[in-house]
Amino acid sequence: MSNKTDSNVYTVLFAIGMVVVVGALLAFTAASLKGTIGKNVELEKKQNILYAMGVNENDESSAVFVDKSEAPELFSKYITKQLVMQGGEVSEDDNAYLIDIKKAKEAAEGDASKRQLPIFVGEKDGKTFYIAPVYGKGLWDAIWGYVSMDENMVVQGAYFDHKGETPGLGANIKERFFMDDFIGEHLLDSSGNFKGIDVAKGNADPKNENKTDNEVDAIAGATITGNGVAAMLKSDLQLYKPFFDNLKNN
Amino acid sequence: MGLLSKKDAKLITDPLADNNPITIQVLGICSALAITAQLKASIVMAVSVMFVLGIGNVVISLIRNIIPSKIRIIVQLTVVAALVIIVDQVLKAFAYELSKTLSVFVGLIITNCIIMGRFEAFALGNGPWKSFLDGIGNALGYGVILVIVGFFRELLGSGTLLGFKVLGDPIEKTGLYALGYENNGFMLLSPMALIVVGIIIWVQRSRNKDLIED
Repeated sequence: MSNKTDSNVYTVLFAIGMVVVVGALLAFTAASLKGTIGKNVELEKKQNILYAMGVNENDESSAVFVDKSEAPELFSKYITKQLVMQGGEVSEDDNAYLIDIKKAKEAAEGDASKRQLPIFVGEKDGKTFYIAPVYGKGLWDAIWGYVSMDENMVVQGAYFDHKGETPGLGANIKERFFMDDFIGEHLLDSSGNFKGIDVAKGNADPKNENKTDNEVDAIAGATITGNGVAAMLKSDLQLYKPFFDNLKNN
Repeated sequence: MGLLSKKDAKLITDPLADNNPITIQVLGICSALAITAQLKASIVMAVSVMFVLGIGNVVISLIRNIIPSKIRIIVQLTVVAALVIIVDQVLKAFAYELSKTLSVFVGLIITNCIIMGRFEAFALGNGPWKSFLDGIGNALGYGVILVIVGFFRELLGSGTLLGFKVLGDPIEKTGLYALGYENNGFMLLSPMALIVVGIIIWVQRSRNKDLIED
């Protein structure tokens, strides 16, 4: 190397120049792809919501969404109403699916009555589904999902996803064998109070035939992720109880 | 003379076999273990590494005379990191499903020793064209091993290839499963990737005795 490139001044100037060039390049990439990435995220939300209400391409064992290109059309076909509940008030909002529940949770600062709670009303084969998003934390990072219920808060379908759970262990919450266990499970106890669903170890009901015990079978080796799912369902779905109470009274 | 001179062609062919980055130089093993449970993920990882290494080598080669030697490694790291972030963003935009399966593994490219190794060993001392060929060659050599490992792990572990059920249906008990075959769940765990890589190294060295060190 020549002496020129060894001097301290040159080194510092080079470093500054490099940061500016690389920074500008990355900013340009991020800005120009932002729209496309945002659209993908929106489409995925629609696919997830449809999945939870049973509009999907499931085969025997794996969880398969409806095709991306059909998602917007099917979404407007099956989802008849998008509602937002805030402090007991329910209003219609056609962009409820765009609400970022993580941000809504943070914005409410722990006060559940301030929180924006999206509800999707779906119709399929003459049956009405109420689909609510849930958000919580697993072992390593965020977990989230969509749960579809009937008017008695009995689960009709569920979709869970995660950001960084362990492959083969906690990551299995997005496998069908786990998600399908929730179907038919009651969220209320026999006297009509909200109880949630526990992800239970050593369940006396391994085949999950008793749907009123508020328990599904846990995944071996994924205790913390499983507890996270149970906690997420409890904390987020009980906020919807007033909505369902209203529904019955009217 | 063809498209490539003999010397240039060697830059591509050498890393495929006799100087393979994984089996001979034993670099980049971590990602070979992490992502090869599915063939599709292996292919995407190989293509992503090819992009990063090919372009990265050219960039480093172009600026090799103006890089201050004191911060050489930092400059190399910045180039890799920037390219990896671009790959990640492009995957998110145009192959969203795939980017979700790869998730943390795209970030793994930054720590892939093959990339820093080639920058340091080749691009800093050679012209852009040669560096490009060297990058592509090494990424191909890496990719070949990834695809072989991914092929066996997906086939024996899940009975599928690129998601297609090639051995029959494990639930309906058709094809091989009708004869009592069961998927080997162990193939899906990382230790089996190491064993498959080990078998490849064994086969390669028994075929070419020159590769055996004393």
